[in-house]
Amino acid sequence: MLKIFTKSKKKKYATIPSETAKQDVPEGIMTKCPDCKKIMYTKELMKNTKICINCGYHHPMNAKERFNSFLDQGSVEELNADMVSENPLQFPGYLEKVEKDRKKTNINEAVVTGVGLVGGFKVVTAVMDSTFRMGSMGSVVGEKITRAIEMADELKVPFIIFTASGGARMQEGVLSLMQMAKTSVALKRFSDHGGLIISIMTHPTTGGVSASFASLGDYNFAEPGALIGFAGRRIIEQTIREELPEDFQTSEFLLKHGQLDAVINRSDLKEQITNILSIHQPGGDLEW
Amino acid sequence: MVGELEFERPIIELRSKISELRDFTKTADVDLSSEIEKLEARLEKLEKDIYENIQPWDRVQIARHPSRPTTLDYIGKLFDGFFECHGDRTFADDEAIVGGIAKFKGLPVTVIGHQRGKDTKENIRRNFGMPHPEGYRKALRLMKQAEKFRRPIICFIDTKGAYPGKAAEERGQSEAIAKNLFEMASLKVPVVCVVIGEGGSGGALALGIGNHIHMLENSTYSVISPEGAASILWKDAGQAKKAAESMKITAPDLKELGIIEEIISEIKGGAHKDIDKQATEIEAVLHESLKELLRLSEEQLVNHRYDKYKAIGQYSFLREFIGVK
Repeated sequence: MLKIFTKSKKKKYATIPSETAKQDVPEGIMTKCPDCKKIMYTKELMKNTKICINCGYHHPMNAKERFNSFLDQGSVEELNADMVSENPLQFPGYLEKVEKDRKKTNINEAVVTGVGLVGGFKVVTAVMDSTFRMGSMGSVVGEKITRAIEMADELKVPFIIFTASGGARMQEGVLSLMQMAKTSVALKRFSDHGGLIISIMTHPTTGGVSASFASLGDYNFAEPGALIGFAGRRIIEQTIREELPEDFQTSEFLLKHGQLDAVINRSDLKEQITNILSIHQPGGDLEW
Repeated sequence: MVGELEFERPIIELRSKISELRDFTKTADVDLSSEIEKLEARLEKLEKDIYENIQPWDRVQIARHPSRPTTLDYIGKLFDGFFECHGDRTFADDEAIVGGIAKFKGLPVTVIGHQRGKDTKENIRRNFGMPHPEGYRKALRLMKQAEKFRRPIICFIDTKGAYPGKAAEERGQSEAIAKNLFEMASLKVPVVCVVIGEGGSGGALALGIGNHIHMLENSTYSVISPEGAASILWKDAGQAKKAAESMKITAPDLKELGIIEEIISEIKGGAHKDIDKQATEIEAVLHESLKELLRLSEEQLVNHRYDKYKAIGQYSFLREFIGVK
């Protein structure tokens, strides 16, 4: 009993770091995993391709990070980097929002496309970025992806797309909807020419994006734990008045329901894709 | 010994007697080497007698042996860089069928096969290798993909049959099988099928419309299981042995009926005694098959398959008996 009193006497003050001390620890040096709540060095997390060191949670990657981790170093040549959105419906405040995200993310739209090498194999890659307007698809996203597909067709190389999107961009109305058609039409022509399409769905892939190019790969993959689906959970629950299972619309749920070829861990992704690309190289050994 | 088969028992008994004697000579002062030699000669003769006169029912037992190598066992030995693809993109991923892409001696191929489990747990997951419609739809999806990328297709057949269940019927088991037969007919790439265990009826045939069909020596291929046939014909599943003999379900029978191309010989006592060696036998036959088929054009391949199936069946005309033309 006495001991407790003496102990509590000692702790008279709470330590509050001074303003200068606070600034000594720059923001972002530590990252908390939203899944297991463990706090770790951001540097270490980045080194581990943004996979939680403790629980394996895949932190979302932005487009630049994805390009750097997936394509062979220094092989990337970006396409149409300077394409920017218009405001076709004169939607109030739309361009300001886009402008804000351009400043925040340092990219001009929600998808980055480029030509590069994966394990030495030439590919055209499109990477969607969920930090830009939630990766939503408007005219620019649709056009950039379509141009990337056409480039793959022209170069006769595989097309690989990383999807991350909330769906169609509301501010461009029906023009956004039509981007689903535009990209799909382009993919069909590419496919009929024998082109290889690989889709890798990352968190989140929903709405118009999941209902177009994301699902049209010769191989459809997903990263573990990603949310993938057409309609949102809340909308479905309100419509059918039923509670949905915990794992509803996760990668693993989709795999079980026949929608995915495989769920691939980010750390194995490059190796697995390189293997698939090598199997798709024209011409076998001389023996044949 | 686990998994010993009825007809092998004399061999196993003799073998254990010999090793007993060997152990005995090690500890005792008696020289029994001449006796051992004699017994070994007898064993050799016995093995020859039994394995060369292997009966249809014995083959059924070997084909069903719990440790008989499965599709994935052979895939691991025969192919490089196998990447398994899941799902029919519609309803589910049926683990009773596995499929994916790989390289066979450097040649890109698509491999598909029925997959049994090795233990009870895996068997439940894989439904004892008996597919649902989604399994066949996955197989067809992968075949179409192979066609797009001009990859030959290799199918391993090993199933008791398509799963007879409520859900399977609801989702169109018949349609799924029929569609595979229909679509496989027109595939513009070589298709080689290998029966590695049991070829059970329509469930087996749905992966079986190939330019070449090969069978392991102790595999079976039949319209129905011997038990099923016996209960239909004689209302007694206990007469399965008799049914196995009369139904012509073994590899030599099918060869004689002109259905299969090659019998792939097995090691004495069955493929499970040495998977590595068995894989090299299969590899050689596959290699020859593919080399031959790769010389054919797309049109020739489709016609080749047409002609193969057109030629199967036996019939005559009444007019041949009464002599009119």
